[in-house]
Amino acid sequence: MSAANQLAALIANMFATGLLDDQFQQLQMLQDPSAPNFVSEVVTLFCHDGERIIGELAKLLDKPTVDFDRVDAFVHQLKGSSASVGALKVKNTCIQFREFCQQKSKDGCLKTLETVRINFYELRGKFQTMLQLERQVNGFPPNN
Amino acid sequence: MAAVASETPFHVLAVDDSLPDRKLIERLLKTSSFQVTTVDSGSKALQFLGIHDDDASTVSVHAHQLQDVAVNLIITDYCMPGMTGYDLLKKIKESSSLRDIPVVIMSSENIPSRINRCLEEGADEFFLKPVRLSDMSKLKPHILKSRCREHYEQEQQHQQSDSNSNDCSSPTNKSSSSDSSRKRKAEDNEEILPQKNRPRHS
Repeated sequence: MSAANQLAALIANMFATGLLDDQFQQLQMLQDPSAPNFVSEVVTLFCHDGERIIGELAKLLDKPTVDFDRVDAFVHQLKGSSASVGALKVKNTCIQFREFCQQKSKDGCLKTLETVRINFYELRGKFQTMLQLERQVNGFPPNN
Repeated sequence: MAAVASETPFHVLAVDDSLPDRKLIERLLKTSSFQVTTVDSGSKALQFLGIHDDDASTVSVHAHQLQDVAVNLIITDYCMPGMTGYDLLKKIKESSSLRDIPVVIMSSENIPSRINRCLEEGADEFFLKPVRLSDMSKLKPHILKSRCREHYEQEQQHQQSDSNSNDCSSPTNKSSSSDSSRKRKAEDNEEILPQKNRPRHS
């Protein structure tokens, strides 16, 4: 299968499995010759941002007394950026996460953090493949 | 979508603490032919606009002189650490030099009391995030409306300095340096001004 076909199949699969929603299509619509790397730039920023936030959440939830307001603030940030890039599954996990924050349930938060982590890294992996394939489609050899 | 405008494009100041969101709003605005400046906090927004947030109401003249690039609209996220979008909105409306710049608030949360609070404080529009391309078409009317009002006010001030007799309503309604109510809605001024034969921009 050509890189272009693989790319199309990957993206279609991400939509079909609920990883992405139509906000991602909005991003694709915003990419054009005047901004040819827009999608990869936003996706990359989201991945870095998400990793940072997950790290902060892990630290906050590792304390004997948890500051649920701070946890909630970080989850709100991740929910916001995942909504902006169309990361549906991660966004929905964040919504659940916020409920545990409201309930001040450390247990619930820790469990949901694990789910967020799994979902986020699953998405990140696919985004990385997507960006690789895009590079190939644009005529660059695959990385490493 | 290239800008075919024969004059300088409108300049929007976008405020958001989230980096991916800033990237998105910048692209949305540029695609819609706006010139864009992005900042990551309310205090940086105020700095860019030429006012210091501790004495917003008094530094008006200074602000005019500092602002080399006019800002035609401010779009800001609501939830930001430190100064929220609502706090920023209030500072802008308290500033005699900035209060006529239309302000749009963005939020990922659909909370009616929050939306009303912002509109009552003078926000011209409220966008639910994620913001989409279709939302961009709502911005220009606010810019044109405020420019129309501005031109009209300038016209009035010229007329007042020229003649004694005047068929306009009293100066305090339009003067930008007056202490108008902080809860003034954007629409109120339009109703106070007499209906001359000027084109109405919706």
